[in-house]
Amino acid sequence: MKSFITVIGEDNVGIIASIANILAEQNVNILDINQTVMQDIFTMIMMVDTSEPRCSFAELSEMLTEYGKKAGLSVRIQREEIFRSMHRI
Amino acid sequence: MIRPDEILETIEMIDRENLDIRTITMGISLRDCASESAEKSCGKIYDKVTRLAEKLVVSATEIQTEFGIPIINKRISVTPIALVAESSDAKNYTIFAEALDRAAAETGVDFIGGFSALVHKGYTSGDEKLIESIPEALSSTRKVCSSVNIATTRAGLNMDAVARMGRIIKETARLTADQGGLGCAKLVVFANVPEDNPFMAGAFHGIGEPESVINVGISGPGVVQSAVRKLDGADFGAVAETIKKSAFKITRIGELVAREASKRLDTRFGIVDLSLAPTPAMGDSVAHILEEMGLEKCGAPGTTAALALLNDAVKKGGAMASSYVGGLSGSFIPVSEDAGMIDAVRCGSLTLEKLEAMTCVCSVGLDMIALPGDTSAETIAGIIADEAAIGMINNKTTAVRVIPVPNMKVGDTVEFGGLLGSGPVMEVNRFSNEKFIKRGGRIPAPIHSMRN
Repeated sequence: MKSFITVIGEDNVGIIASIANILAEQNVNILDINQTVMQDIFTMIMMVDTSEPRCSFAELSEMLTEYGKKAGLSVRIQREEIFRSMHRI
Repeated sequence: MIRPDEILETIEMIDRENLDIRTITMGISLRDCASESAEKSCGKIYDKVTRLAEKLVVSATEIQTEFGIPIINKRISVTPIALVAESSDAKNYTIFAEALDRAAAETGVDFIGGFSALVHKGYTSGDEKLIESIPEALSSTRKVCSSVNIATTRAGLNMDAVARMGRIIKETARLTADQGGLGCAKLVVFANVPEDNPFMAGAFHGIGEPESVINVGISGPGVVQSAVRKLDGADFGAVAETIKKSAFKITRIGELVAREASKRLDTRFGIVDLSLAPTPAMGDSVAHILEEMGLEKCGAPGTTAALALLNDAVKKGGAMASSYVGGLSGSFIPVSEDAGMIDAVRCGSLTLEKLEAMTCVCSVGLDMIALPGDTSAETIAGIIADEAAIGMINNKTTAVRVIPVPNMKVGDTVEFGGLLGSGPVMEVNRFSNEKFIKRGGRIPAPIHSMRN
């Protein structure tokens, strides 16, 4: 089961590292990363494998949101179906 | 491979354009809950509803978290209570409403619809008792919604019922006067009512439906407005195409959520209702879409044409996106629930007569309209008759949900709160129709109903 983590906000040192740490701890494998910094706005999209996380999806989502709050970023995780259903016939 | 710009587009729709799932509604048949004892029947109703809908709210929350799409309301719709309560010994059906209210509280849903009767050809004893109980039922419960169907294209228009509903609406307003006539915000009078509408206050679980279903109502006026804004001066073909594409995307999310809910609740997927349903929040207005198309204010000449384009484009885009489309499916124009509509009424651009014209081309009728408190039952009946005639002749659903606010007059504003918003009291034609309404009987079905 694939999901997308989207991070949007002010660029800072350690964003990828922090999130990768949370994911590694929960046995969530990172499959792809796409990242740009445009006019100081950092946008990162990670495709991750959420088939067998150590915690529940809701808990993982909570951890990422918490990190986002501390770091002043918008961080969210969503299952890929929402994007697939909207953008593919 | 999903592209980053597609992901960001979806997130922008949710974050900035108010894209959400307006409701997940579980329809539940109560046909097997009839009993000679009203008390027993109410017990069966409570048990069945709380059993089947036990996980509805929890599942909706899980889906919301996993897909990152807000699901605003969780609701239940049931078999028209007039049918269920009819075999019982009760003379007044308020106890049935109370049982529904308790079940709604227990399951955590925000509304339960189906305190309803279908009387387009006439009343049964159960229908009469249900209708007479409506004012008390709606004033003594919080979450129960009621509806009465008084016309169909096939059966004609029951003017006796129309006259009665005018009085029922007045009485309901009177009994909830301390809340601005709020009872009337939970009561809809229909022509050609759909059996699978997930939106309140008109939702009920139709007779042709199975044991239980999941129906989803989408929303997204903000998404459509934003798409239209990017078009600048493009011609109507381009506008229609853009709205179609937006409607497709919005409906796809509705379909996804419906299928997920259906899976998790082990309940059949019914339909997606692709209605653009506004809320009072900024950026969530249908009127603003029409204004974005180039009208200074909703209600200006061209409004009906704009709405016709919008309603049709939404259906076309949505139909491609979902395997089962139903309910009302189109565009809503509830005055008190739409910031743009409220504005247009206040500045004098939008009148009741214009709204009536707009109901000819959109999916509902005169909805969430506050009227002066001294509006007579006959005048309200006349408004219902007009809407029903539009629906009957044009083979579409129309409805009336008006609130004659006790002690208020034109220029006043009534506050309902939450999603029900606030309503500027609108001007009504003051000339009498008493002799007209007094005639009674049924207006026969139109000739084009003879299709066989």
